[in-house]
Formats: sequence, C-alpha cells, structure tokens
Amino acid sequence: MDFQNILFNALNEILSPTTAAYALAAMGLAVHFGYTGLLNFGQAAYMLVGSYSFAIATISGWPFFGALALGIALSLVLTVILGIPTLRLRADYLAIVTIGAAEILRYTVTTTGMSKITGASEGLSGFKGTFAQLNPIPAGTYDLGIIVINEYDLWLRITGWSLVALVALLLFLLMRSPWGRVLKGIREDEDAVRSLGKNVFVLKMQALAIGGVLGSLAGILFILPRSVQPGNYATTLTFFVWTILLLGGAATILGPVLGAMTFWVILSLTQGILFGLVDSGIISFMSVTQVGQIRFMLVGLLLMLLVIYRPQGILGNKKEMSFGV
Amino acid sequence: MSKANKATQKSLIGDLKPAPGVKKVDPILVADGVSKRYGGLQAIDVAHIEIPKNAIVALIGPNGAGKTTLFNILTGFETADSGEWYFDNKPLRGKAPHLLPKMGMVRTFQLTKVLGLLTVMENMKLASLKQVGERLLASFFPLLWRGQDNSLELEATEILRRFKLLEKKADFAAGLSGGQRKLLEMARALMTHPKLIMLDEPMAGVNPALTESLLDHIIDLKEQGMTVLFVEHDVAMVRKISDWVIVMAEGKIVAEGLPDQVLKESAVIDAYLGSHQDSDLGLATGRITLPSSSKTKPTRSDK
Repeated sequence: MDFQNILFNALNEILSPTTAAYALAAMGLAVHFGYTGLLNFGQAAYMLVGSYSFAIATISGWPFFGALALGIALSLVLTVILGIPTLRLRADYLAIVTIGAAEILRYTVTTTGMSKITGASEGLSGFKGTFAQLNPIPAGTYDLGIIVINEYDLWLRITGWSLVALVALLLFLLMRSPWGRVLKGIREDEDAVRSLGKNVFVLKMQALAIGGVLGSLAGILFILPRSVQPGNYATTLTFFVWTILLLGGAATILGPVLGAMTFWVILSLTQGILFGLVDSGIISFMSVTQVGQIRFMLVGLLLMLLVIYRPQGILGNKKEMSFGV
Repeated sequence: MSKANKATQKSLIGDLKPAPGVKKVDPILVADGVSKRYGGLQAIDVAHIEIPKNAIVALIGPNGAGKTTLFNILTGFETADSGEWYFDNKPLRGKAPHLLPKMGMVRTFQLTKVLGLLTVMENMKLASLKQVGERLLASFFPLLWRGQDNSLELEATEILRRFKLLEKKADFAAGLSGGQRKLLEMARALMTHPKLIMLDEPMAGVNPALTESLLDHIIDLKEQGMTVLFVEHDVAMVRKISDWVIVMAEGKIVAEGLPDQVLKESAVIDAYLGSHQDSDLGLATGRITLPSSSKTKPTRSDK
C-alpha cells in the first residue's frame, strides 16, 4: 500500500472545491436547523436548483453572473413554494415537504421528456466556459505541495474558498445581531417569540431563503469541477450535508467548514485504505466496488455515533445546540 | 363593606351593581359574545366582559373553566367561533398574536416559555419592540443598532435588578428554577412597555418566599400605570392583591365583584374551591337549576 499517496489524497480533500461546496451547503443548513430550528431534509433540492439553473442558463448562452443570478433567484422561488404552506405548521411538516420536494425535482430533471433541457439521465456538461473566462491566473500547472493542478482548478479553489470565507463572515455578522437573536429565539420557542411581537413567519421565511441561497451557490460550486449528474442529487446528498453539519456543530459558523473537511478526509482515507487492502489481497472476499459501498455504511455509522455521543458536534457548545428537536 | 372597598367599587363600575358582565367606568379590554367549541364541549361562552383600566383583575375558576382558552383567544393564539373583542377600542378579532404587543398588550404563559438556550439578558433584549437590528439588512451593520442595543441592555439591567435576576444575566435561561422562569417571563414582558399585561398563573410553582416578591411586583406594575389581568388558583393571593375578581366556570363568567364579596359567595366557593365536589357545576353556571339552590345562584345580568 502506498501510504504517502493515500495520505496526500486525503489531505487534498481539505481544500478541494467539492469540500467547499459541501461546507457552503452545510452552512445553509446551519442557518435552517442550527439557528432557526427548521428541519430541512431537502438541501439537495436547493443544490439541484442551483446546479441545473446555472448549467442550463450557461449552455444557452447566458453570461456567468446572469446564470449565477438565475440560480439564486430560482432558489428564492423554491423557498416561497416550500415555505408558504409549511412554515405556519410544526417543524416536522417542513421536513416531510422538503424531502418530498427534493425527490420530485430529481425525478423531474431525470425524466426523458425533459432530456432536451436537462439532459435527463445523461446530465449536462459544457458549462465551464464562462467561469474559466473570468480566470485571471495564467495557464500552466501549479504545485500545491501535495497535488499539482492546472489554472482552472486553482481558480476554482480560490473562488470556492473565498466564497466560503465571505459567507462565514456574513453569517457571523447576522447571527450576533438582534436579527440572529430572534432567530435563535424562534428555535427555542416560537410562540414565546410571537407573544413578544415578532413576526415569526417572516423571519422563518428569511432564514429559509438565506440557507436556500447558500444551498444553491453550493450547487453551482459543486458542478464546476465536474458535470451535472442527476444521480448526485439523491437524498444521500442531503444526508451527507446533515452529517457534515452535525459533525462540525449545528449552531456554529465554522462547524460546517470543519465538518466538511473532516468528512471528506475520512471518506478519502477509508477509500484509500480499503482499496489498498483489497489490492494487496488482505481483503479477498470483496471487490473494489463492494468495498466502495462500505465507506458509505461508515458514514451512516458515523451519523449514528455522532447523534448519540457528541450531538453538539466538534465545535458546538453542548448547552447551546444538540440534536434534540 | 368598608369605605375603601366602596371607593374602589365606585371607581371601577360607578353606581352599578356588581354582576357578571357589568359595565366598567373605563374599560381597557372589552369582549362580546366570545364562544369556542371543541367538538361537543362548549369551552368558552362569554356573553360580555370588561376589564377595567389601571386595576389588578384576577380571573379565577376551577380547572377546565376556560381561563387559559379565553387568554389564548383574546391574544390571538386560538381562534374563536364567534365574538368580537376590543383593546383600547381597537378591534382585535383576527389579529395575529405578534401585532398585539405593538398595541400595548402582552401576555405570559401558564407553562413558562423562556428561551432556554438564550441567556437571561438575551431573553430580555429580544423582547423589546421596534429594534433596528431586527431588520435583515440593517443587522449586517452594527453601527445602526449597537446604540439601541446598549440602551436596551441598560433598561433590561434595571428590570432584572428589580426582579432579583441580575446576577443570572449571563446564564442560559434553561438553567433557571421554575420560579425564576416565571419572574423572567414577567420581566421580559415588561420590556415591551405594555399597557395591559396578562399573566397566566404567575404564582404556580413559585416557592412561598418568592411569591411575596412576585406579588409586590404585580402591585408595582399597577402603580406604574399598567393594567394587570391574571389567572390564579390561590385564593389568598387573589384576595391580597386584586382590585376586582372575575369568576369563570364551564366557559362562562359566573360572578364578578370586589374580592371580599366575590370570594364570599357560596356559588363561587362551590364552583371554584370545589367544597361540594359532588354537586354539579351547572348550579353555578345556571345550566341546571334546583329549587333548593336558588339562594346560591348568582345574579345574571345577561339573561
């Protein structure tokens, strides 16, 4: 087994654009669940909306920022559709509706009738041009110490992580303000907040919109290193984001970032080690494909262990937020 | 009746005779024909009720009399099947609960609703109305709300000191005892500068030592010009602080008057204290009449 390679691959995950995308999606979920108490089990829906609207708009000739704006705008539309019927009801209803909405959207983009627009099960590709054109970095290869990447990957990493940093700063400002205080109040007891003259519905709507926009941006960042594949937006995506959120700490700003890094390092390490074990014949009763699935069983196990033994996550304050809705 | 009692009665209802639904000289809250059914149960059936301004009014009645339901309806947390009600002559029916504090009407809950994982100080500051920093866009710029937030902190500090919660200000509200939570809820309601404060069982679960200071706080509220409407089970407390007592049973107002008089009425004692637990409450509400009970039947102005 090539331990150095396994380790380098794992370390590479820390700053990969995909990790940044997951961190962004988990930050959105932190606004929803960690700060407002909204049980959104459909973060994949927001990511799907971002990915598809950006890709479709770009392919049909929109400029980069136009496609970006469309992704944000459509995530706001989704917020209105999800929020108006459910936010007046108890939190559990939002969970049911969001998980349903995510599946409806995924099946819609996969139907063959839509193949001219969404590519159906083929997905979409050829939408990286407008983003690459904005790249000020000269063409060439860049050695990051553990990995050598081209100018596009470097540009993507820089934009992705700058976005994460900017969002972290904005969320920090939001959550320490009186607005953030009311949000946390809603998480604790919305009737009490209502009895004190706050329009709980509007605030929940705002929180759902902000977290949704973050999910949509995460969806755009998620497809820039790859192509759009409808299979990526299954409920497992939502649960990966939840695992990341709970791993890092639900009511924290940097928890989702740390959670995303930890999550992907663990996935990469386990993959490297398990594949290595199969290659070297130590594990002989399973193929490489079967072993690949074991990693995701480990994710499920990790989620269970987290909820039981460290519900507040790595950064969370046990008193302030634990998975106890 | 003592002279002081006569004076209080005159200031509240003029020369009228105390009776359920009696008109007040200067009412702050008026409700008309409020009814609510849960399936076959008539939970609320209030023909007329007026809450006098700047007085401490106790709403008493046995468990299940509909006191909390009436509170919930008047504050918009539950909908009524019929009826109209007015605060300061402004109609409230159909108004969402969050609009009422802006008009000057705030409530507390029977089961305390402190925001457990916010600190005591955050609980207090959150309650203040019209905060600039609660607007989404303004919240990004501390320059816009820092000054207001600091002055709220001063105001909250003052109230917390009065309620003897100041040394707890940095603690999570979840760490407070039951009695302290009641105090915090009341203190928090004051941050909205109410004209009418509605307390649902402010004394329940509070230890006797704390009860005394709670009573003082309630009297204090009246001295500051507020109207207090509270639900309470402890008759001794009611007698001690209230100016006016309204008795509910089976969703109806069955008696009203000065505490000394009302608490003497045997119908009230029957209905409320349950000293005759075998007898039907319908005697008090007028749902059933027994010839022998005519003496204990309260006068009803609405029928």
